[in-house]
Amino acid sequence: MYVYNDFDEAFVRNRVAQFRGQVERRIDGSLTEDEFKPLRLMNGLYLQLHAYMLRVAVPYGTLNAVQMRQLAYIADRWDKGYGHFTTRQNIQYNWPELRDVPDMLAALADVGMHAIQTSGNTIRNVTADHFAGAAADEIEDPRAIAELLRQWSTDHPEFQFLPRKFKIAVTGATEDRAVTRAHDIGLRMVRNAAGEPGFEVIVGGGLGRTPMVGKVLRDFLPKADLLPYCEAIVSVYNLLGRRDNKYKARIKITVHENGLEKIQTLVEDRFAAIRPTFTGHDQALLAVIETAFAPPAFAVKSSDGYQAARLANPAFRSWTDTNLAAHKAPGYAIVSISIKKHGATPGDATSDQMRAMADIAERYGHNELRISHEQNVILPHVHQSDLPAVYAALRAADLATANIGLVSDIIACPGMDYCALATARSIPIAQDIATRFDALKLEHEIGPLKIKISGCINACGHHHVGHIGILGLDRAGVENYQITLGGDGTQTTTIGERAGPGFSAADIVPAIERLVTGYLDLRTDANETFLQAYRRLGMAPFKTLLYPAEDQADAA
Amino acid sequence: MSRAFKPKVVTANALLEGDAVWLTIDDRWTRDIAEAELMTDEAHADLRLLEALSRQSEIAGAYLADAAAGANGPQPTHFREAFRTRGPSNYAHGKQVDL
Ligand code: HEM
Ligand code: SF4
Repeated sequence: MYVYNDFDEAFVRNRVAQFRGQVERRIDGSLTEDEFKPLRLMNGLYLQLHAYMLRVAVPYGTLNAVQMRQLAYIADRWDKGYGHFTTRQNIQYNWPELRDVPDMLAALADVGMHAIQTSGNTIRNVTADHFAGAAADEIEDPRAIAELLRQWSTDHPEFQFLPRKFKIAVTGATEDRAVTRAHDIGLRMVRNAAGEPGFEVIVGGGLGRTPMVGKVLRDFLPKADLLPYCEAIVSVYNLLGRRDNKYKARIKITVHENGLEKIQTLVEDRFAAIRPTFTGHDQALLAVIETAFAPPAFAVKSSDGYQAARLANPAFRSWTDTNLAAHKAPGYAIVSISIKKHGATPGDATSDQMRAMADIAERYGHNELRISHEQNVILPHVHQSDLPAVYAALRAADLATANIGLVSDIIACPGMDYCALATARSIPIAQDIATRFDALKLEHEIGPLKIKISGCINACGHHHVGHIGILGLDRAGVENYQITLGGDGTQTTTIGERAGPGFSAADIVPAIERLVTGYLDLRTDANETFLQAYRRLGMAPFKTLLYPAEDQADAA
Repeated sequence: MSRAFKPKVVTANALLEGDAVWLTIDDRWTRDIAEAELMTDEAHADLRLLEALSRQSEIAGAYLADAAAGANGPQPTHFREAFRTRGPSNYAHGKQVDL
């Protein structure tokens, strides 16, 4: 894992001291809120409905046990004993007091973490495949590149006042688990004809009020060109992006309005101009960073105990069926810890649970943890023979829910329970759907299904790319929920289609139930997933499920 | 057509804690909306908002919110403002337990 060098350490400490002074001046009244707001946002501090909120970056989703314990300590000491893991691999604290925030940032700096550029019109936390370094389908661990991008983008003087926020995601695998096509820049590692690894560069994806699937700017970019090429993209956007209208300011609109070809020409010209100024320092740095991401020393031992435990314990077997993924090392598995217990808030972990996960990672997981964009926590490297012990420890911490990828593994943004921009709540809808399907005991039969919920059109909950998306709106002073179908956030990214009129808070869960149980009758067999059935059949039969003829009039 | 002015309260977030507060007739910030000043005159409401905005070392982000007269004092009329008087619905946190 990457460890801060003296420069990083001094930079982060310096920023904490600077922010401490800014907070003091805000409290004594010498800074107005208008003056303070951009300063606090640069340091991840928002003001929400009921309190401040501190958003802490978990760069490319990677944490070690010491860092996870520190997150737990911060939750206990300055918050209400829990944290919220988000779709951008951040953790959010919902209840900090203004006076305490500099101390919280200092506590983060103690373990090599920060909240810099988790907000504002800058390059945000670079996200990565949460299975990076472990996935069986991976060309290379993309986190070294992500760390290089983090260092390059942090406090980059040219990019502190972009037209709008800028999000980069990177994956080294064939299966896109990082939603690269819904980012301002998406980087997918591919090989060229000579077998060398490089990147497919995708630009102009994004969700929000104008969802767009990213377009391929370059089929193959050699690894050594990555930084100058990204710099070229961001600098073209910095000049061309619209600053007159915040809703048209993201690069997706710049690409849409100017056309991919024009952007391509401008980027290639800019790239040609700046490429010679990259004289190899970035590559030397990358080589150092790469050593920090060397794979752990994988153990070679028997997995017999694992098979026996699977046979002996049906609950364990069910958990291994849903919560494990293929690892590249023989005898190893990737464990997804569900932070989606039925009825609980998606993505919320208590400080005790964080400590339990840290202990398990230290003991059985080569000291590594990941935060996934699906708001779960990953143990990327667990030997199969340790899985029964891991499962037992997770059960003891109430973290053994066997529902990864199923109906109740719902992404939900904070919505109007916390967020000042929300038009409706999302958390209670997620809780009710999960509770309902748990009661029906159907979710394993239903199989893979992604439900994603946002509390307003900003789409932080990724509803556009949910197989079933739910968007909470305010219709004449009442919460109303609109359904989209057929969205997909993988390598075949698709924006979901609106199904029809929205549903009230009371009607949305029954509507989802009709939709999902109805799908069971529509599918060809148990192997056809909800998304596949939707792609085969189109909207019509699903619409009939949602709006049965007799009460079509009431549904509006 | 000029729409009738809906009664308003001045509300903001407390500077230090960040929670919702409302302006009272005697210029205090209260955490109980029922103690707030309910304003039925638009010009007066605008003036009170300006006064509130000048109190930068106490609050952040003051605005006028719709409210209605209730038996014990002003009440929120929109669900967003109602949530601000209580706290989140997923945990017993915030005003629903702190007040
Ligand atoms: C204080 C709470 C939050 C605020 C004020 C906020 C604000 C916004 C806004 C304004 C947008 C739309 C950007 C645009 O279209 O230009 C957005 C998009 C997004 N936010 Fe948030 N957000 C919040 C919380 C979150 C959380 C909790 C997550 C992760 C769970 C998140 C992840 C995202 C994602 C993934 C998008 C869509 C991707 C895109 O940028 O196009 N946000 N957010
Ligand atoms: S989607 Fe809307 S409600 Fe949800 S977190 Fe984003 S801005 Fe807030």
